[in-house]
Amino acid sequence: MTDAPHQPSGLELERRAYRKRQSTRSVFVAVASTIAFAVVVWLTIVNTPGWAAVQQSFFDPATALAALPRVWDGFLLNLQVLGLSVITVAIAATALALLRTLRGPVFFPVRVLAAAYTDFFRGVPLIIVLYLVGFGIPALFNARIPLIVLGTAAITITYSAYVSEVIRAGIEAVHPSQRLAARALGLGYARTLQLVVLPQALRKMTPPLMNDFVSMQKDVGLISILGAVDAVRAAQIETALSYNFTPYVVAGLLFVLLAIPTVRLTDWYTARLREREQMGSIV
Amino acid sequence: MSALLRAEELWKSFGDREVLRGVSLEVSAHEVVAVIGASGSGKSTLLRCLNLLEPIDDGRILLGDEDISDPRVNANRARSRFGAVFQSYNLFPHLSVLDNVTLASRAVHKVPRPEAEERGLTLLGRVGLADKAREHPDRLSGGQQQRAAIVRAIATDPEILLLDEITSALDPELVGEVLELVRELADEGTTILMATHEMSFARDVAHRVVFLDAGRILEQGPPAEVFANPRAERTKEFLARFRA
Repeated sequence: MTDAPHQPSGLELERRAYRKRQSTRSVFVAVASTIAFAVVVWLTIVNTPGWAAVQQSFFDPATALAALPRVWDGFLLNLQVLGLSVITVAIAATALALLRTLRGPVFFPVRVLAAAYTDFFRGVPLIIVLYLVGFGIPALFNARIPLIVLGTAAITITYSAYVSEVIRAGIEAVHPSQRLAARALGLGYARTLQLVVLPQALRKMTPPLMNDFVSMQKDVGLISILGAVDAVRAAQIETALSYNFTPYVVAGLLFVLLAIPTVRLTDWYTARLREREQMGSIV
Repeated sequence: MSALLRAEELWKSFGDREVLRGVSLEVSAHEVVAVIGASGSGKSTLLRCLNLLEPIDDGRILLGDEDISDPRVNANRARSRFGAVFQSYNLFPHLSVLDNVTLASRAVHKVPRPEAEERGLTLLGRVGLADKAREHPDRLSGGQQQRAAIVRAIATDPEILLLDEITSALDPELVGEVLELVRELADEGTTILMATHEMSFARDVAHRVVFLDAGRILEQGPPAEVFANPRAERTKEFLARFRA
C-alpha cells in the first residue's frame, strides 16, 4: 500500500486516552493493594509471640553468611545431578513414551512392560527408590559407585516414569487428522512422528514438562540421604555446628532461585509460540 | 428508520498489514446483507470486528443506539446480542449437540436448563437434528455440524446474525442444506450479515450486496444491480471469474 498511514480520528485518540487512564489506574490499585497486603502480613508475623526467637534461629544473617560457602558447594553437586538427570530423563522418558505408542501385535509385550514400568515407578516414593538404588546397586556389583551416578540413576528411574506419561499424553493430544495428513503425504510412521506429531506435541507438553522439571530441581535435594554432601546435607552440617536453622533457609532459597528462571522461561516461551501461530486477538 | 447495526470508518491492521481501511456499513432490522470479495479482502476480519472479537484500531460500531466500540461498554454483554457462525463450525467437541445449543442460554442468559433444552430441542427438530441432540459434534457430518452451529447462534434470539463463510468448509452436496436453513431464517425476518462466496445464494437471498476489496467497500447495492451492472472495475473482474 502506498497510501499515507492512517491518522487516528479524534474518537480513537479519546478512546486510547481512556484506556491509558484505565491502565494507569490499574497499576496504582495493584501497587496500593500489594503494599497494604504486605504490611498486614508483616505486622501479623512480627506480632506473633515467638517471632523474636524464630527470627533468631531461622533468619540470622550472620549464620547465613557463614553457612553460604559450604551450602553453595553442596548446591553445585545438586546442579550436577540435575544436569545429568535432565539428559537421562529426557532420553528414557521419550523412549518409554514411544514404546507405549507402538502399534501392532508384535509389540504387545513391549507395550505392557513400558506400561507396567510407568505404573510401578510412579507409585513408588522417590525416597525408597533412592535407598534401593543407593545401597542396592553398589552391593549388587560389589563396587564403590560415585554418589552422583547413583543419585542420577534413582532420579531417572522415577522421573522418566512421570515424564513419559506427559510425553505420551502430548503425543495423543495431537489431533488424529494431523497424522492422517502427514501419512497422506507419504511420510512413514517415524517421520510423521518426528516432523509433524512431536513438534506439535512439544507445545502441549511444555507446561507440564516444566512443572516436572521444577519438581525435579528440588527433588535432587533428596540425594542427601545417600550421604552425598549436597546443599541439604551441607546445611544440616552447618546447623549442627551453629545450633541455628538458618542454613536450611539458605539452602531452600538457593533451590527457589534455581526454579524461578525456569518458570519465567516457560511463560515466555509459550507466549511466544502463541503469538507466532495465531493471528489476531484472544478474547 | 435508523440502522440496527452501524459501522463507521472501521480501521484494522495486523502488524503493518492494513486489513480494514475505513469501512462504513449499515444493516437495518430484518435486512439481509451479503459481503462479497476475494479471499483476504477483509470480510472475516470485518465480521469479527463488528462483534468485538477483534479490537478495532479506529472507527465506531453502533448496535441499536449504543456505541459498543466504547471501551466503557461491557464487551461480553454486547457480544451476547450477536449470533455468530464460523466457517469451521467451532462447535465445542466436549459437549453434546444439545448442550452446545443451550450453553449460552443457560450460562449467559440464565435460562433454566429445562426451558433452554426444550427450546433447543424444538430448534434442532426444525433443522432435522432432533435425533442428534445427545450426540457429540464429531459424530455429525459437516452439514449437520454447521446446522447445529447455526442453531447454537440463534438459540439466544440475537438481534443480528453474523455468518462468516459458513459453507466454505462444506462439500457441494452439503452446502444446500445449510443455505436452505439460512434462507428460511431470512424469510422469517432475521437480520443477517454474511460473508460469502456463494454468489447465486447472495443474489437470491440478500437484500443488499457489499463488495469489499483490499479493506475498502468499493460498491454496494441491491444484488440485481451489483451483479448485473457492476460499476467498479475490480467488481467486474471479481464477478467475471464467478461467471466463467
